[in-house]
Amino acid sequence: MIVFEKPKSLTDAELHYCPGCTHGIIHRLVAEAIDSLGIEGNTIGVAPVGCAVMAYNYFACDMVEAAHGRAPAMATGIKRSLPDRIVFTYQGDGDLASIGMAETVHAATRNENITVIFVNNAIYGMTGGQMAPTSLPGQVTQTSPYGRDVLTAGYPVKVAELLSSLDGPEFIARVAVNNVKNVKNAKKVIEKAFRNQIDGKGFSLVEVISACPTNWGMTPQKALDWIDEKMIPYYPLGVYKDKSASAGAGSARPQNGQEVQP
Amino acid sequence: MAKVLMKGNEAIAEAAIRAGCRHYFGYPITPQTELAAYMAKRMPKIGGVFLQAESEIAAINMVYGVAATGRRVMTSSSSPGVSLKQEGISYIAGSDLPALIVNVQRGGPGLGGIQPSQSDYFQATKGGGHGDYHLIVVAPSSVQEMADLTALAFDLSDKYRVPSMLLADGTIGQMMEPVELPEPEAPEFTEKPWAVTGTRLQRPHHIVNSLYLVPEELEKKNFERFETYRQIEQAEVRYEAFRMEDAEYCVVAFGIAARVAKNAIAAARKEGIKVGLIRPITLWPFPKKALAEAAAHCKAFLSVELSMGQMIEDVKLSIDCRRPVSLCNRAGGMIPSPDEVLDSIRSLSRRDKPCLSADGQGPSLQQTGGAAQ
Repeated sequence: MIVFEKPKSLTDAELHYCPGCTHGIIHRLVAEAIDSLGIEGNTIGVAPVGCAVMAYNYFACDMVEAAHGRAPAMATGIKRSLPDRIVFTYQGDGDLASIGMAETVHAATRNENITVIFVNNAIYGMTGGQMAPTSLPGQVTQTSPYGRDVLTAGYPVKVAELLSSLDGPEFIARVAVNNVKNVKNAKKVIEKAFRNQIDGKGFSLVEVISACPTNWGMTPQKALDWIDEKMIPYYPLGVYKDKSASAGAGSARPQNGQEVQP
Repeated sequence: MAKVLMKGNEAIAEAAIRAGCRHYFGYPITPQTELAAYMAKRMPKIGGVFLQAESEIAAINMVYGVAATGRRVMTSSSSPGVSLKQEGISYIAGSDLPALIVNVQRGGPGLGGIQPSQSDYFQATKGGGHGDYHLIVVAPSSVQEMADLTALAFDLSDKYRVPSMLLADGTIGQMMEPVELPEPEAPEFTEKPWAVTGTRLQRPHHIVNSLYLVPEELEKKNFERFETYRQIEQAEVRYEAFRMEDAEYCVVAFGIAARVAKNAIAAARKEGIKVGLIRPITLWPFPKKALAEAAAHCKAFLSVELSMGQMIEDVKLSIDCRRPVSLCNRAGGMIPSPDEVLDSIRSLSRRDKPCLSADGQGPSLQQTGGAAQ
C-alpha cells in the first residue's frame, strides 16, 4: 500500500526554493487538489513574476508565464477563450497586491471564474528581501532597513479583507502552512477554491501565509514560529467570503474554526 | 459583394470578426472608440467575447492569455493607451504568439491631443517595448484598407507567430467611405500545436513563456526570432508605387499622408514635375528594396509625415543616403494640405531650398545630398 507519493500533477523537476521556504508545501497542496479533483489534463496554470516564476516547470498541467502582476488578466483571457478548462494563478504578494492590484481587484469584481493562490510571505523574495505591500509595521527589510515606518511607507494591505468587501467574488479565505493543522486546513480550502471553479461559482482566492526564512533572516523553525507570533495576529485566518454558503444555509462560519475579525 | 458605407474604425471591427476573431479586449480612448463599441454590440450576438478591461495593461494581458490558447484575438487603442500596452506586447513577442494590436494614432507626446497623427511610427516599427523584437506593421490608407489589412494582419501574425500592429490614424479611423467587406471566414483556426489548451493527459505540458535565464538560450531564441524576421522581410513587403515609372522625384508617405500626397503629385505633374509616390503598406517590413531601386532614377526624395519626421530615417537608410531626402511634415494633430506638399515637391525640383518644415529642418537636404552625389 502506498501511503505517501508525489502528486501526479507535479513534474519531476527539482524545486529551486530556499531551505525552509513553504512554497514547496503550497505547490504540493495545489497539485493534490488538482489530483483529487482529477482535472490535471484540463487545467492551465498561470505563473507569476517572483519566487514562483518558474512554477511552470513544476506543475505538470499546461502553464503560461505572465508579466509581473498581470496573472489575473492573463487568466481572464485564457478562461474566456476556454471556459471549460480550469484556470488558476499562483502569485506572490508583490505580484498580486502591489504591481498587480488593479488586475486582482477587477478579476475579483468581475467574479471571473478562476482560482487564485496568493502566497503572502510579507517580503519580495526573488529580488533579495525588499519591503512588500504586506510587510508588517516595523518589519526590517532591505528597503525598510529601520523597520517599515507606516508614516512614510504606509500600512500593509490586507488582501482577503479588502477583496471580501466586493460584491463580485465567490470565495475569499486566508490560510497558513506553518504547522500540520494549518496545512491540513489549507489543503481543504485550496481544494474548495478549485471545486468552486468546476461548479462555475466564480472567483475564488486563497491567501496563504507563507514563510521566507532566507529573507526574514531566521532559521526555518523560527520563521514558522514568527508566522504564529506576528503574521497571523495581523492577518487572521479564516473564510472571509463564501457567497454560496451565505446564500444557502446562512452559515459563513470560518472553516478552520478561527473567527474572522469583523 | 456590395459596398457599404462605414467608418474606418468600424471597418476594422467587422473585418476582424469576419477573419474569425472572437475575442476583443479594450479600454475606452479617443479616437478609436467606435471600434470597441462595435465589438460590444456584435460579439455577444455571435458567441464572441467583448470585455472592457480595467486598463490598457490588463487588456493586452488578456490578449496575451487568449493568444496562448491559440485563438485569434485583438485589442485596439490610441497612442497613450498603446504606450501602456508595450509591456504586454513585448511579452507576446517574446513568447512567439500571434495577436493583433490596433493603434488609431493621435498626437503626442504625453496626453497630447485627440487629432490624427503618425508620431508613433518609431514605437510601432522599432519594437516599442523592451528587448529585441519587431511587430508586423500594416498602415491602411483608406477605409477599404482598414478592412483588408486587418485580415492580412491576422493571417501574417498566425503564419509567423509574430504579433502584428495595424497602425492607423484618427482621420482614417473617423472617416466614412464605401467598403467591400470580405466573406466571413469560418471561425478559426490554423493548426496551433504549441497552444495551451490542457494536456488531456495525452502529451507533455506546454509552456508559454518569455523567460530564459541561461543567456546562451536567450541568445538562441533571439537569433531564431530574427531568422523569422528575415523571412518576413523577404516575403511580406507590401507597398504601392504611384506614377513611379518615369519619376525623377519620389515622395514617400503612408496612411492619410499618402492620400494628401497623391493630390499634390497630380498637381505637380500638371506643372511638368515628374514625381511619383511610394506608399509603404507594410511599415515593417519596410519597402527598402523599392526605395533603393527608386534611388537609381530619382534625384531626390520627400518624406511626408504627420510627425516631426520619423519614417524619414528609414527612407534615408533604404537608399543609403545616396540621394537627398527632405521632410514635409505637420505635427500635433495637423495634416499637411495638398498645397503644402506641392510646395515641398516644387522645392525638391527647384533644389533651391530644402522643404517646408515646421522646424526649418532644411539641412537634411544638404546633409545627405552633398555627401553622396
